[in-house]
Amino acid sequence: MITAKLLGARGEMSVVLRIALLVVGVLLALGLPWYIYPPVAMDIAAWALFAVALDLLLGYTGLLSFGHAAFWGSSAYATGIIAIETGLPFYVAVLGGSLVAALLALPIALLSVRRTGIYFAMVTLAFAQLIFFIANQWRDVTGGENGLQGIPRNLFGLDLSDSFYFYYAALPLILLGLFVAWRVVRSPFGRVLVAIRENPARARALGYPVDRYKVQVFVISAFLAGVAGGVYAVGHGFASLQEVYWTTSGKVVVMNILGGMGTLWGPLLGAGIIVLLEDYLATAGIDAIGIVTGSIFVLTVLLFRRGIWGSVAYLVNSRRAGPVPVTPAETKPRSQPTERV
Amino acid sequence: MLETRGLSKDFRGFRAVDDVDLTVERGTIHALVGPNGAGKTTLFNLLTGFIKPSAGQILMDGKEVTGLRPEQIARQGVARSFQITSLFEHLSLLEHVELALQGRTGQGYHFWRSDKTLRRFRAEADHLLEQVGLAGYADVPAGSLAYGRKRALELALALALKPTLLLLDEPTAGMSVEDIARTVDLVQQVREDRTVVLVEHNMKVVGDLTDRVTVLQFGQILAEGPYEQVRNDPRVITAYLGESVA
Repeated sequence: MITAKLLGARGEMSVVLRIALLVVGVLLALGLPWYIYPPVAMDIAAWALFAVALDLLLGYTGLLSFGHAAFWGSSAYATGIIAIETGLPFYVAVLGGSLVAALLALPIALLSVRRTGIYFAMVTLAFAQLIFFIANQWRDVTGGENGLQGIPRNLFGLDLSDSFYFYYAALPLILLGLFVAWRVVRSPFGRVLVAIRENPARARALGYPVDRYKVQVFVISAFLAGVAGGVYAVGHGFASLQEVYWTTSGKVVVMNILGGMGTLWGPLLGAGIIVLLEDYLATAGIDAIGIVTGSIFVLTVLLFRRGIWGSVAYLVNSRRAGPVPVTPAETKPRSQPTERV
Repeated sequence: MLETRGLSKDFRGFRAVDDVDLTVERGTIHALVGPNGAGKTTLFNLLTGFIKPSAGQILMDGKEVTGLRPEQIARQGVARSFQITSLFEHLSLLEHVELALQGRTGQGYHFWRSDKTLRRFRAEADHLLEQVGLAGYADVPAGSLAYGRKRALELALALALKPTLLLLDEPTAGMSVEDIARTVDLVQQVREDRTVVLVEHNMKVVGDLTDRVTVLQFGQILAEGPYEQVRNDPRVITAYLGESVA
C-alpha cells in the first residue's frame, strides 16, 4: 500500500514524504504571487510565520497564549520606527523589531509561566491589553489611532514599490523564520517541550526546570512572531493599533486550531485559508467576516479537533492501524494535581 | 542518608503527614507501608519537593533540602517513580529513556541542534529498557502499553537518573506474578551503592526486599523495624485488620 510506504515504522512521515512536502511547500511559496494578488500573498506569508510561532507554544508546549498580538504588534511598530528613523535596509529593521518583541516577551513570560491552562491565557491577554493601551496613548511614537505611517521598503537601493517584487525580497526572512521554528521543534529542546506538554510533573521529576523551558520557548516564539509582524508592517507601509488588538491574538489562535496545532504544516494551512477567506469576503463586500471565521472555528472544535492537517494525518495513519499521531487537543487539559495552578 | 525531622503537611485542616521523624540508612532498602490514606504518597511528594511541608525539615546526607523544587531535588540524585503511572503518552519508550538520560546534561536547552544528538544516549537507553524487560518495545508510544509494562517503564526512568536515592511508589502494583518477580530481582540488582525507599502493599515483596519497614497510620509513624518484627507487632495487626474480636 502506498501510504504504508510513505509512513515510517512509527506512524511518522517517512523521509520521502517529508521531502516531497517540503518541495511542494517551497514551490507554493515561490509561486504564490503569480496566482494570488501579491499583497495578499505577502499577508499569507507573514501570518503563516506568525501562526507557526504560536504553534511552538500552543501545539508543542501546551500553552495557550492569548496575547501574541503584543509581540507581532510591538515588532510592527519598532520595525516601522527603525525603518523610518534610520533608513536602514528593512532586513535590519525587522531584526530590530523582532529583538524588541523578544525583550518585551521576557518579563511577560517570567510572570505568565507561573500559571497554566486558562489562567495562562488570561494573564497573556492582560499583558497584551496593556501593550495595546500603551500603543494607543503613546501618540508621539505610535501615531495613536492614526497609526504609524510611511514605513519605507528600503533594501540596498532596490525598487520594491511593486508588491510583487517586495514579496520575493521578504520571503527569505519568512522562510528563515520557519526554518528556525522547525529546528526548535526537532531539537533536544523540542523533545523536552513535548514532554512538558504531555506531563509537566514527570518532566520535573526527570530534572527539567519546566518554567525555565517555558520562558525560553516563549521568548523564541515572540521573536518569530516579531519577524512576521515586522515584515507585515513593512509590506503594508504602516503599523496600526489593529496589530496589537486582541482580535489579532484571537485570529492567530484560530489559524492554529483550524489548520491543526502541533503539526507546523497545519498552522501554515490555517493561515492561508483564513487570509484568503477574509480577502474573498472583503472583496465580495460581505461585512460578516467575524461571523464566518467564528463559525468555521466552532465547527472545527466540534467536528475535527485535530484541525485539517491533524485530521488528515490521523486518517492516513489509522488506515494502517498503526500508532496514533500526536493529538495535543486530547492530552492538554488533563488534571495535574501536583502542578501548581 | 535521608532524615526527616518533625515533618508535617496540612491540607486545609487535614493533617496528612503528622510530625514524622524518619531515618533511612545509607545502602538499605526501606519500605513504607500502611493502610490507604496513611500518608505514604504525601510523604513521597514531600521528599521529592512536589509539595512543600507545613512544618519540619528534610535532610539528605545531613544537608537541608526542605523547600527545594522537584527538578533541583532530582539533580541531587533523587529519583522517584509515580504511584499513578505518569508518562508522556505520545513519546516512545526509547524517547522516554533518552529524555531521562538527557536530564542530567544541559543539552535540553539546545534548541539550535538536531534532535539526532539524542542518539548518543541510545545504547544506554536500550540497555535500561532491556533491564526492565521492555527490549522489544523501544519504538512503541507509552500510551499504548499495558499497565504492568508502564510500571516497568517508570522503573527504567527512575534508574536512568542514576540516583543515589531511589524512591519507588508501589513499583509492583498491577503487575503479573512474573513481572513482580522480575521487579524484585531488578531492585535487588540495582540496590548496590544506592539507597531505596519504597511504598509497597505486597507484603511478600516487602518481606523479600527490605531491610527495614516503617508503618504509617493517620500520617504518623506507628511502628518501625525489621520486617519480621513489624509484622508481629500487635499495633500493626490492629491497624490493618481492626480490633480483634476474640
